[in-house]
Amino acid sequence: MLFNKNIEKINSANYTIALVGNPNVGKSTIFNALTGMHQHTGNWPGKTVENASGICNYKNKNYRLIDLPGTYSLMSHSEEEEIARNCICFGKSDALLIVVDATCLERNLNLVYQSLEITPNVILCVNLLDEAKRKGININLDLLSKRLGIPVVGTIAKSKKTLKSLMSQVENICTKKIHLSPIKLNYGVAIEESIEILEPLIHKQLTNAHSYLARWISIKLIEGDAKILTSISEQLNINLSSNEILKALNLVYSRLEKSNIKKETFNDKIISEIFFNAEMLAKSVCSYNKGSYSNIDRKADKILTSKKYGIPIMLLFLGLIFWLTIVGANYPSELLSSFFAYIQEKLLSFLNYIGSPAWLTSLLIDGVYSTLTCVIAVMLPPMAIFFPLFTILEDLGYLPRIAFNLDKFFKKACASGKQALTMCMGFGCNAAGVVGTKIINSPREKLIAILTNCFVPCNGRFPFLITIATIFFGGIAGGFSSSIIATIVVLLVIVLGVFMTLIVSKLLSKTILKGLPSSFTLELPPYRKPKILEVIVRSIFDKTIFVLGRAISIAAPAGLVIWLFANIQINDISILTYVANFFDPFGKLLGLDGYIITAFILGLPANEIVLPIILMSYAKTGTLLHLENLADISQILIENGWTLLTAINIMILSLLHFPCGTTLMTIKKETGSLKWTVLSFIIPSICGIILCMVTTAIWNIVQI
Amino acid sequence: MKTSLDTIKLNTSVKIKSLNCTGSLKRRLLDFGLVEGAIITPVLLSPAGELIAYEVRGTIIAIRIEDTKNIYVA
Repeated sequence: MLFNKNIEKINSANYTIALVGNPNVGKSTIFNALTGMHQHTGNWPGKTVENASGICNYKNKNYRLIDLPGTYSLMSHSEEEEIARNCICFGKSDALLIVVDATCLERNLNLVYQSLEITPNVILCVNLLDEAKRKGININLDLLSKRLGIPVVGTIAKSKKTLKSLMSQVENICTKKIHLSPIKLNYGVAIEESIEILEPLIHKQLTNAHSYLARWISIKLIEGDAKILTSISEQLNINLSSNEILKALNLVYSRLEKSNIKKETFNDKIISEIFFNAEMLAKSVCSYNKGSYSNIDRKADKILTSKKYGIPIMLLFLGLIFWLTIVGANYPSELLSSFFAYIQEKLLSFLNYIGSPAWLTSLLIDGVYSTLTCVIAVMLPPMAIFFPLFTILEDLGYLPRIAFNLDKFFKKACASGKQALTMCMGFGCNAAGVVGTKIINSPREKLIAILTNCFVPCNGRFPFLITIATIFFGGIAGGFSSSIIATIVVLLVIVLGVFMTLIVSKLLSKTILKGLPSSFTLELPPYRKPKILEVIVRSIFDKTIFVLGRAISIAAPAGLVIWLFANIQINDISILTYVANFFDPFGKLLGLDGYIITAFILGLPANEIVLPIILMSYAKTGTLLHLENLADISQILIENGWTLLTAINIMILSLLHFPCGTTLMTIKKETGSLKWTVLSFIIPSICGIILCMVTTAIWNIVQI
Repeated sequence: MKTSLDTIKLNTSVKIKSLNCTGSLKRRLLDFGLVEGAIITPVLLSPAGELIAYEVRGTIIAIRIEDTKNIYVA
């Protein structure tokens, strides 16, 4: 519904604005603030990997904003740069909004200069002014505007006033109230002369709307990047290989040769000139109040990435998050359980009152209602706590430091160091992690990251691990020590997951995805103060809606199916028992049972429903289910023969089994291949099965 | 005798002379502003010592040590 409404609005937009900027300059924050949308943001380069578009209404006009993935350059080296460049070049946007980070203007100006070659309709948004102020950096925005010849607006995403002045500049450009003639960089006599030779030849082929592009196309012609040139001639329907142009181009090369510029080094020369100008401009518009403004960041980095403490601190952070989740989830969980039990009684008496037949009552209450409420009561609280905590860590800028710390291991596994980032994203949601692998440039390393992403438990599997760890290791009595033990157990599971990620990455690199680790660069962004309150409110709200939505769409039908399975009888034996009996020998081999295997298979649409299905299945064979607290769950599990081995193996299997339906579909979309989708299903499953068999065998030997 | 970036001690600023690498790595380094004449300072070593973080143009970029061997400085 909401989606359709947005599309409708987009069609009725008056103007289209493209948003570009270096990765991690707060582009998405600006986008969200202007459109009222809730693109997930985080402090690390590469957070936005897919285009998002939304509507901003300003003075009764609709502006369609397109949030392009962050890019350092428009020279099209990677997928996201190509998307951004094509959108600016051929996307028919009315204006381009470039967002730059006030704390490192110089590097950001590269993109500004490159963009100005493609379009004159540029508004420069100098974002994070508050951060700059904190670091003692002052930027003379008027001078910057004068030097570049485009409007410049300083913004603080939180401040509505700065956003308003931003939109008023956007309006000025879209309604052609002001005409811009931005500066053109001078690349030196030799190059400028060469451009002058080519420009008129290209100019006469272009329509008026594209005439601005003549200079840029000339530069690209000299550079000779076939990929860009093909897309230019296709999109603009011009001929760049006419005799006239080829002749002129030969002349250009021989002239450049005389000035000691070769075709191969032409591009380097261009970039050097851009950066030389950026450096000069930054020097003249920025002033620094404090000496070295990044001292605090460096001190923090020294500790967080030190040889001795780097990895222990990382584990401590994760552990702290798990511990807070475990401790914090208990109370709301119980509250919700008793609330749902109360409603259940009311529902029962209502159904009795209207004379509902016993089977229908049982189907609705024991099937649909119980599964639904179980998902909400047991799974929702940990999810709603873990997610914002993790987001705060992300906002702070800690994730790239994790990648920095772990690179060595990923390199040994012949994978990309950035896989650590997509792995971290997997904690939130594996599907998001798979989409995030776009930040990895090498296709081989990207596939490895996709295939191994589900080795870290997503938010849907976390509560399951936490519940089991609390019941079988921490002890249901509660208290400080039990929560600590449960935390350590969950942490061990995560370490196992990371370990498996590395092993499987290595195996893939040695077999079906042969190759050496490619070179890799990683930006360590400045630490930023997380928007704690906003994060908490936002993610609890978003997460709750999301989980409720999934609970209704998946858990309720699953409850229905389970109820039918449990109550339709053939020869006095229910289908559920048939199915469970069928899987039982296999389950026993893994130290589990048939019901658990059935639950994992039925849990394919969403991992959240695995535990509820297990509980429902057990309940069907016994009495009616009342899940007031962990003690009740624990009792049911132990009555059904669960031991420490069952607990260990079910945690292993939860960590290592096929990804959920959504993730599989995402993998299909990202890889465009059924082969890799099937492999992403099989690889973790086999790992889980083998590991469970091993632990079972060891357990049995020790028992004898 | 050419000096490569990996031999530079932490917190010592140097000027970039040339990049002796090709393909995506070179383009990436150029994007970060590692062009001739740029000032670069190693500031941080990763725990395992195979990544070095450099301050260049007000940002911090980590590069694997074997790649820094091909960045010549003066």
